[in-house]
Amino acid sequence: MQDIVKKIAIVDYQLGNLYSVEQAFKHLGVEAVVTNDKDIIANADALVLPGVGAFADAMENMKKLDLVAPVKDFVATGKAFMGVCLGLQILFTESEEFGSSKGLGIVDGQIRKFSNNLPDNSNAKVPQIAWNRLLEQQIAWKDTPLKELPEGGFQYFVHSYYAVPEDQNVILSTTRYEGFEYCSSIIKKNIFACQFHPEKSGEQGLSIYKNWIQKI
Amino acid sequence: MTLAKRIIPCLDIKDGKTVKGVQFEGLRDMGDPVALAAYYAEQGADELVLLDITATHEKRKTLASLVARVALAIDIPFTVGGGISSPDDVRRLLEAGADKISLNSAALRDPDLVGAAALAFGSQCVVLAVDTKMEAGDWYVYSNGGREATGRLTRDWVREAVARGAGEILLTAINRDGTRSGFALDHTRHIAEAVTVPVIASGGAGNKEHFLEVFTEGAADAALAAGIFHEKILALPELKQYLKTSGIAVRT
Repeated sequence: MQDIVKKIAIVDYQLGNLYSVEQAFKHLGVEAVVTNDKDIIANADALVLPGVGAFADAMENMKKLDLVAPVKDFVATGKAFMGVCLGLQILFTESEEFGSSKGLGIVDGQIRKFSNNLPDNSNAKVPQIAWNRLLEQQIAWKDTPLKELPEGGFQYFVHSYYAVPEDQNVILSTTRYEGFEYCSSIIKKNIFACQFHPEKSGEQGLSIYKNWIQKI
Repeated sequence: MTLAKRIIPCLDIKDGKTVKGVQFEGLRDMGDPVALAAYYAEQGADELVLLDITATHEKRKTLASLVARVALAIDIPFTVGGGISSPDDVRRLLEAGADKISLNSAALRDPDLVGAAALAFGSQCVVLAVDTKMEAGDWYVYSNGGREATGRLTRDWVREAVARGAGEILLTAINRDGTRSGFALDHTRHIAEAVTVPVIASGGAGNKEHFLEVFTEGAADAALAAGIFHEKILALPELKQYLKTSGIAVRT
């Protein structure tokens, strides 16, 4: 990775798995800065929006720290952007978590609760805390950050909500939870976002960060 | 069924070292936790649990720095437990790099702690650890490292904790701990069927067949063990290969 000198910023909105995302870049020998400084974000070559926690808290913190516009502006520049877990969810229009909360509205669609939408006869446990498989859809993985994953490869998931994109063509992978199939990652122009945690998914997970960086 | 059953080595930590006892007594030194954690991650462990059994508050202050070093060394999720008694304790450990924390005795003393932690950090990072013991035909909760009877039925406490926001249950059968006589299968299944969150079975792992049983008969979502891995009686790759061959979905 020594030939890559890119500025990667990880958005610090005071929630989530900042530390482990930062570690993933360290493992790859790439410097990434954890920040909520608007100038650093604007000048970065690539931006990561991490996240663990509640949707409404995340949006509230984004607003409180005045990060909504900087993140949206960054995505609009076309530079590489990656969302992880809650960082995928808040890209969407809105969530049904605790009533209804508005998201960043960068990707059209809804965030829905597993427990409201799983089949009635399902005994699925929520949150899903598990290593689960990624299934390839219309978009071939070979030119995406998932390119080193085998079809059906395992990634680590921890979540109670899932994304329903309006445009099916952005779905990069799906995952089945107790027979229920949902979108587990998306790719849309410069946006790559995943519901699972590549930074907690061993070597295959790290390969996702590595291949994402290489496209920057 | 595509969910992988998880295998979770557990590191009991005392004064910064990995230790192991039988039924929570007679501790022996098992070495440097950071090196051991890295070894298990590399061998294919799905997660790790670090339980701090250091007796005094003073010595416990070093836990966060150990957690930070473990976080640096591994690329799989890990849970930290032992002596966590306030949302501040939780915050400190999550900030140090833990993915989840486990609550045990403090949650029994103050059940509101479960809800407070879940509200602040999300249910997904709140594991309720329960030490459970069979007495007169039923299973009861013990506190303070399995030393004190609470008189509470395990299933009642587990249900209450899940209602309060616990996202996962770590169920340790005290009678089995360190005995290598197999997991408490009926009890594990009973608890797994009683709640809507994942259940990690713990206590009694002695061979690979025990793991197969706890995933099938015991209906566990994950299985935790310590001594059998520390003493190299069973290697993780061998265990996972066996489970896979036996039709259990595991990450290999």
